Amino acid sequence: MSAAMNLHIKNGRVIDPANGIDAVQDLFVVDGKVAALGKAPAGFAADTTLDATGLVVAPGLVDLSARLREPGYEYKATLKSEMQAAMQGGVTTLVCPPDTDPVLDEPGLVEMLKHRASKLNQAHVHPLGALTMGLKGEALTEMAELTEAGCIGFSQAEVPIEDTNVLLRALQYAKTFGYTVWVRPQDAHIGKGGIAHAGPLASRLGLSGVPVMSETIALHTLFELVRATGAKVHLCRMSSAAGLELVRAAKKEGLPVTCDVGVHHVHMTDADIGFFDSNARVTPPFRSQRDRDAICAGLQDGTIDAICSDHTPVDDDEKLLPFGEASPGATGLELLLALTLKWGGEQLPLAIAKVTSDAARVAGVPAGRLGVGAAADIVVFDPAARWVVEPSALASQGKHSPFLGYELAGQVKATIVAGRIAFQR
Amino acid sequence: MLNPQLNKNGELQHLLSIEGLPKSIVNHILDTASSFVGISDREVKKVPLMRGKSVFNLFFENSTRTRTTFEIASKRLSADVINLNIQASSASKGESLLDTIDNLSAMHADMFVVRHAQSGAPYLIAKHLIDTKQSHVHVVNAGDGRHAHPTQGLLDMYTIRHYKKDFTNLTVAIVGDILHSRVARSDIHALTTLGVPEVRAIGPHTLLPGGLEQMGVRVFTNMDEGLKGVDVIIMLRLQNERMSGALLPSAQEYFKSYGLTPERLALAKPDAIVMHPGPMNRGVEIDSAVADGAQAVILPQVTFGIAVRMAVMSILAGTQG
Repeated sequence: MSAAMNLHIKNGRVIDPANGIDAVQDLFVVDGKVAALGKAPAGFAADTTLDATGLVVAPGLVDLSARLREPGYEYKATLKSEMQAAMQGGVTTLVCPPDTDPVLDEPGLVEMLKHRASKLNQAHVHPLGALTMGLKGEALTEMAELTEAGCIGFSQAEVPIEDTNVLLRALQYAKTFGYTVWVRPQDAHIGKGGIAHAGPLASRLGLSGVPVMSETIALHTLFELVRATGAKVHLCRMSSAAGLELVRAAKKEGLPVTCDVGVHHVHMTDADIGFFDSNARVTPPFRSQRDRDAICAGLQDGTIDAICSDHTPVDDDEKLLPFGEASPGATGLELLLALTLKWGGEQLPLAIAKVTSDAARVAGVPAGRLGVGAAADIVVFDPAARWVVEPSALASQGKHSPFLGYELAGQVKATIVAGRIAFQR
Repeated sequence: MLNPQLNKNGELQHLLSIEGLPKSIVNHILDTASSFVGISDREVKKVPLMRGKSVFNLFFENSTRTRTTFEIASKRLSADVINLNIQASSASKGESLLDTIDNLSAMHADMFVVRHAQSGAPYLIAKHLIDTKQSHVHVVNAGDGRHAHPTQGLLDMYTIRHYKKDFTNLTVAIVGDILHSRVARSDIHALTTLGVPEVRAIGPHTLLPGGLEQMGVRVFTNMDEGLKGVDVIIMLRLQNERMSGALLPSAQEYFKSYGLTPERLALAKPDAIVMHPGPMNRGVEIDSAVADGAQAVILPQVTFGIAVRMAVMSILAGTQG
């Protein structure tokens, strides 16, 4: 954990999608910022040198959804454990949803969270404020105050708004100040209480289903409201082929919408529930192979802007239960890179863009790029190094993943935050 | 993905679902059951096959009928039976399912008979027993959520075989609330496994789950059409809480469209049999004239149920982990 002033990252393959860079070269960091690429700046003397031969040097990852579980759920995870997980996963910027306890609906809570996170001096934490008080879908929060406290957008997390009029008002109000509203498209009633994709598998296993129309009905409503208000909406955790088709059309129409997908959904389908494996209990549920293929196609053609970890640490007491009683969610911060690379295959720059520059653009934060003068938030990883997903390999307090036991390629070797090596393996 | 109910030799380790069971095992259970049917008529209604074994009836959901039949079956096999109504004990004190299992395992249980409101709960228990290397302990699913009720499915097959002999020329109709029915799911898997060429499901769209066709089922919403020429009718119980609301307007209207009356029964083959897993709602899904009529085999089902459960438990007890 050295506090290097001058850092020399030698001979790595520098991939910086925002600037169209993909070349083996040296990178020089001075005073926490990228000072030069290729040739050392005049008078540069390295305090620390990192040999990145055979490794990739990329912007630190930007994760659009990571639950840190503070305040309120410290038994599931703590800021300390999850920030360490972020470092091990190469995530230097993360957005956290407001579904803490109490929910992030007051400026004081947001300031406290930001303060505690900044004291750890690891990943940059950008909270989403609650869109409505207590996420109850009734009264708007003080969005301007919350923004001043550090919120970068407003969200209902997993709680749908039942009253469409409140959603309309929330979008109008957000539009007034130019704020982005983050929504996971889900109907408040259809699929309520559902635990698996409504389809043949759920029917066979006797699991109550969440139909695709839960997502598409919500999207139709949202797009009408966006047309009426002009508010910027970011659609979180898209899950279905039909939903993505609607997003594609909305973007073509010119609506100010972006969307992301959870990294597990890029790979898994409802068949991965197998014999009621509660590690595969997530929201939204893993859908059919056709939906999964549409997610991959949507990433490829840009319909889906970014991939996030949707990191949700759940402890044993809430996971080692019958499928329907188990808490939804999977650990993700430390799998985000490897699972994104698994999707990207040979298209390394495209894959990296989905978790760096594109994600930063969606969040509206200055991160995810390596140009001269940019903050030196950097991940150095070995795209070929293989590791096995097992509890002992994870720093997160959340040890549950549908990928437990899988061998993945792509391992973080060093994570650099503001020019300081915060993690090295 | 390994089927957790079979051991590495392909023998029955747990009975969790009929889905994925080889036909040979299903037939072996039915054959074994037929050797037990006579025992109940003897003066001494016991065989010593499970002497010294402890069977724990773990009922996380209320049931009198199923629990009693398992208890009788265990006793006729000379096992010691311990009934636990978990709703009333540890679960309400906050003990987790797997903690309960560990505690009972420490009391040297040989078999757990599990009823749970959540689909898949017996799988969690079976997996835990494998993970904790307790492969000498067996699990019988006595009904999990909407998923499966394999011993009911097997006793239904026993009943059909008893009256119809051959499965490969039958048309079987399952009528009613398929959506919420674990019995329907187990019957469908059992019937298709045993080679029944036509399995029908009859009910209103609100009570039919999607994807039935992929399970090899022909779906009917008109009961008169669905009953035409069938050999076997399996009526399902309609739960009280589903009789009025968003799924159905009223019990009366349901009976009008889907109640089994003598007139409707006449649409089936003349020698068709009528089954029901019980308890029946007379006048809701079935007319008393049918329930008490010559074609009903509802009480023999109950009798066969004891023999089938004896067969399942004795086969499991004989499987080395």
